Amino acid sequence: MQEQTVDDQTVLPAPDSTIAKRRRAWRETKDKVAKYGVGFGGISVILAIVLIFFYLLYVVLPLFQGASLETRTIYQTEQTGSQFLTLNEYNDVALSVNDNGTARFFEAENGATMLNVELPVNAEAITATAAGAAVTGVFAYGMADGSALVFNQDYKITYPTGTQRKIIPRIEYPLGEALVKVDPQGQPLELLSVQSYDDKTTFAAVTADQRVVLKSVIRESSFLDPSEFTLKEKAAEISLTGAARVTHLQLDIEQRELYFVDDKGFIYFYDVQNVESPRLVQKVKAVPTGVSITSLEFLTGGISVLVGRSDGQIDQWFPVRDKDNNYFLHNVRSFDDQNAAIVSIAVEQARKGFLALDSTGKLGIYHTTAQRTLLVEPQLESADAVMSLSPRANGLISLTADGQAKLIHIDNEHPDISWHSLWEKVWYESRSEPEHIWQSSSASSDFEPKFSLTPLTFGTIKAAFYAMLVAVPLAIMGAIFTAYFMSPKMRSIVKPTIEIMEALPTVILGFLAVLWLAPIVEDNLPGVFTILFMLPLMIILTAWAWTKLPRRWREAIPDGWEAAILIPVVIVVGIVSMSLSSSIELWLFDGNMPQFLNDIGIDFDQRNSLVVGLVMGFAVIPTIFSITEDAIFGVPKHLTIGSLALGATPWQTMTRVVLLTASPGIFSAVMIGLGRAVGETMIVLMATGNTPIMDFNIFEGFRALSANIAVEMPEAEVNSSHYRVLFLAALVLFMATFVLNTAAEVVRQRLRKKYSSL
Amino acid sequence: MSQSSSIKSWFNTGKPWVWLNAGAVSISLVMVVGLVLLIAVRGLSHFWPADIMELTYQEPGQPAETLIGERIDHETVPAARLALSGVQLPEGQEFAQRTLLKVGNRDYFGLDFRWINDPWISDIRYPEGIMAIERREWGNFYGYLVNVKQEGEVVASGDGAYQEFMQRLERSNELMRQIKTLEKDDIGQINHGLEEIRLEKRRLQMDDVPEGTLPYQELEEQKQQLNDRYATLREELSDLYQAMNRDQIMVRMSDGREVEIPLAKIVHVYKPNGMGISEKFGQYFHHVWEFVSGEPREANTEGGIFPAIFGTVMMVIIMSILVTPFGVIAAVYLKEYAKQGPVVRLIRIAVNNLAGVPSIVYGVFGLGFFVYFIGGSIDEIFFQAKLPSPTFGSPGLLWASLTLAILTVPVVIVATEEGLSRIPRAIREGSLALGATKAETLWRTVLPMAAPAMMTGLILAVARAAGEVAPLMMVGVVKLAPALAVDNIAPYLHLDRQFMHLGFHIYDVGFQSPNVEAARPLVYATAFLLVLIIVVLNLAAIGIRNRLRETYKATES
Repeated sequence: MQEQTVDDQTVLPAPDSTIAKRRRAWRETKDKVAKYGVGFGGISVILAIVLIFFYLLYVVLPLFQGASLETRTIYQTEQTGSQFLTLNEYNDVALSVNDNGTARFFEAENGATMLNVELPVNAEAITATAAGAAVTGVFAYGMADGSALVFNQDYKITYPTGTQRKIIPRIEYPLGEALVKVDPQGQPLELLSVQSYDDKTTFAAVTADQRVVLKSVIRESSFLDPSEFTLKEKAAEISLTGAARVTHLQLDIEQRELYFVDDKGFIYFYDVQNVESPRLVQKVKAVPTGVSITSLEFLTGGISVLVGRSDGQIDQWFPVRDKDNNYFLHNVRSFDDQNAAIVSIAVEQARKGFLALDSTGKLGIYHTTAQRTLLVEPQLESADAVMSLSPRANGLISLTADGQAKLIHIDNEHPDISWHSLWEKVWYESRSEPEHIWQSSSASSDFEPKFSLTPLTFGTIKAAFYAMLVAVPLAIMGAIFTAYFMSPKMRSIVKPTIEIMEALPTVILGFLAVLWLAPIVEDNLPGVFTILFMLPLMIILTAWAWTKLPRRWREAIPDGWEAAILIPVVIVVGIVSMSLSSSIELWLFDGNMPQFLNDIGIDFDQRNSLVVGLVMGFAVIPTIFSITEDAIFGVPKHLTIGSLALGATPWQTMTRVVLLTASPGIFSAVMIGLGRAVGETMIVLMATGNTPIMDFNIFEGFRALSANIAVEMPEAEVNSSHYRVLFLAALVLFMATFVLNTAAEVVRQRLRKKYSSL
Repeated sequence: MSQSSSIKSWFNTGKPWVWLNAGAVSISLVMVVGLVLLIAVRGLSHFWPADIMELTYQEPGQPAETLIGERIDHETVPAARLALSGVQLPEGQEFAQRTLLKVGNRDYFGLDFRWINDPWISDIRYPEGIMAIERREWGNFYGYLVNVKQEGEVVASGDGAYQEFMQRLERSNELMRQIKTLEKDDIGQINHGLEEIRLEKRRLQMDDVPEGTLPYQELEEQKQQLNDRYATLREELSDLYQAMNRDQIMVRMSDGREVEIPLAKIVHVYKPNGMGISEKFGQYFHHVWEFVSGEPREANTEGGIFPAIFGTVMMVIIMSILVTPFGVIAAVYLKEYAKQGPVVRLIRIAVNNLAGVPSIVYGVFGLGFFVYFIGGSIDEIFFQAKLPSPTFGSPGLLWASLTLAILTVPVVIVATEEGLSRIPRAIREGSLALGATKAETLWRTVLPMAAPAMMTGLILAVARAAGEVAPLMMVGVVKLAPALAVDNIAPYLHLDRQFMHLGFHIYDVGFQSPNVEAARPLVYATAFLLVLIIVVLNLAAIGIRNRLRETYKATES
């Protein structure tokens, strides 16, 4: 080594020789490269970390964007007298059902006719037209002789050249081409409503002499040849004594409910499950005097009706079951962002959203569950127009009375999420009151997703609360003793032992909680509570007994080893309590405490918050312990020595001097512990039943945000509302822990400064 | 009076409160040590070849039956609870003792665990002839050997039968090994080749090469060759299978029924009752070895956990390769190059806090950003032919490692920074004074001295990564990976494959397995292994840190 230096010196060139200069330049370059390289690397690592936050935000933000409309094409057609329009899934083929007895399929982009069907009716005699639920594509003509024809659209899609899509539209007749007699008296049908679903077709009609007639037809296909069928008919009539003129009439898709409204603003709600004996459930005045109902439409799923009013308000009504199992119509929510009479409502087929057109040509996009108005824009020049949404709700076609067609692209990805639907009580369809519910998916397609983060956040808080209840006293008291009273020798063993606990994988704790602790707690519930009660008592008693021991014995063990003396006490108390558990159970709780709790109305689950509290408390103890211990141990020695010198007992010094000085540190320890409890996933995932309930009962489970993400994320469809809401849940966790940790860190840094100045 | 006042004065000294605080420490210690001991005892006892008891059991009003099995658990239950399960105790008896017996033979008995009530047990004995047979399916079998058969003909019975059985078992296991290699290596390679040809064809189609031209013909030829090779292998394989299925044994169960078990279905046999202590230890280590090096069987509830160990190690290694340079560079930048001010202080707080951000958040980020965004883009650009089936666009080893690297990078940064700040100024200044540039000072003096601190950071990062499960559930861990990430097919290291992980194995087997009772010992054993790894890593980190402190104390003085 030394020789080498000598060697180097011998070859060292003169300071201003070219070699030396070049070498200096080279070294400087290396220095610069290192500087910028490290700078670049360092900053990019930090940016990568910041990226997490921004990426989460980037995924979440589209949830809160409104809708936007973009007009694709406007063109003039010859088409007049269109009663109903539909648009297919790919926004390229539209159907217009006209008042002259024809149904015309045309290309949505330019209006070119693809197929024009002359329906087998006398065009002159058509008195009413009706459309069933958009999903079914069913239509009907009502005739002057009281009969009706039902037909539906159908698309056959083929791929003749591989990737090129070819759509062949056609018209089908579910009940055959013969007309069905709806009014036995043969009066003209003024208003008609039709639904046809699963071989069952129902008509409801208002005749010219103001009677409501009902007709249900069941198609029974023959076993041998499905194209042959017989029809089974049922009919009834609803007498409208004293009612005003019926203006709108709607049947639900299941053909169980009939709604109609009159020009006085009353809604009539009939149960027509048994067609032959319709039952009036309720007649309710739906609008104030001076306002009339201008449109009536079912929301998809056939549970709610949307009532458009002449003052531009839209109300959602659905039947709510009361305590006695009777249904009553409720005006659940209203939208009043439009100011002119609502002339037409188009509902989405897969979500609980709808579009409303008012008489000034303004178009509003709404979502009921989220109670969100996504857009109100003057889009259609005329109010005298028919319109239809495509099944994916991303296309809208409209046709004015004078034949102007307009194809609009709708960008409305996440109407179903709002602050209201995420955090506040929402009145979901078929529920008896507004509630917080998390239920993200179900088998049926017209399901109303319930994305309330409140029960999940509640679960997280509940878990954290019980965990902190266990961890905070144990960890802080333990830290006080370890930092201040314990002998240094024992401290050097105890501290790393407890700190290593922090590294224990939580999956192991979760697994122990489920397979080991939960059954033990269930079987020995009284024992668990006995331990809680007996431990402090026995510790104090042991301490008292210790003072009574002969001095010789006491001096054998020096001060600062109390914790070691108490270990056998803790173990014995634990064992005794557990073995007494069965006897206590027999004595106080009829031998089965969980059963006893159930009997007095406290629900008991095996995987409950008590177990989670114990295990997660265990997981959080080391975090709090370690930081608190550091804070107390760091209190400057001259403070404590001064206090002791003035005659305070060690305990007085502890509570009056040390704890006060270290309190910011303890606060930050608790914050960081809380952060850990809030974000913990595996324990809450495994040791709770994962049911999203809102109940503070310690014997019941919950569903936490983190566990919910772990369960549902792998199944969530990318970029769906569900996916983004889960990202939002992650963002909430991120923010919560970040705030807690930052608060803790700032407090801790202040404390450090304070200590150094003391 | 004096007694109560003395208690009062004792309380005034604050002593009881000190004791109460001491109690908190004791409780924590009992909990930690108890937990580790619990896992250790349950995990390690799983491998012990326990004696198998035979007993006579008679429920009142039922004919007596003979049971054979291992004693698993014993407990005292209150009568009320027993009554719920339909057992009526005599009037006045409030508690009953009962024993959990593992009776095995799930395919014949339906349940392989059975609670039996102690009062109805009689005549417990430990006959040496009872065999414990570990099978490939249906769990353990307990019973007596009746005879050994070859293609249905009895070849040995009586005393020599066991000897014969062991020899034949060795042969069948050897054949099994050959079949495994053939299926995995040779046939695996052929399948891979066929898949390559399919992709090549797809690429040709995408480049609009007309069908039937030369490249297509070449591919067809290659395909033919592979198919031919496959046919020969197939034949070889069926010969092996036939040879393996040659032998059977007849065994008698506890209820006297005699059943036939093909040797092909047997993994291992031992007679614990006849074993001496040293033989038992031999058996014990055999079980441990099988556990550590074997493949899982029966939905992971039996057999070994080698793929999970391998997956964990692979992931941790890749993560370390990613996290060390970046973590160290970021720390060096923050400590040595960045202008110390409020901004750097803010960054430091942020980095510190990131260590406290829930791991599930990193999982969500990894899934969205790495898997769907970056992985999806990679597939679009490089693996067009394979679409729509994803290559990197689905969870896999690389993304899991990257996610955990981001998760652990704060740990490395914090530890390295701490190491850097412990290096005395004098050393840095001395180096600069001698004319070294900043980079040289860093590279030659500061970084080598901070190496142990980096090591500590890395070890802590590895310990955290090894125990983390929640984020991995989203970015690449599966309960049963069809293949390891490293094999004999180019490019040998498959970063896009999903993998198994010890922590997830515990979650899956312990939580979602249909037969939890049977899986429990295995989960304890896996948990013990994981705890062992993590505790050892943490102790190593603590050790290095302590030594580091000593060193600097020496240089400072």
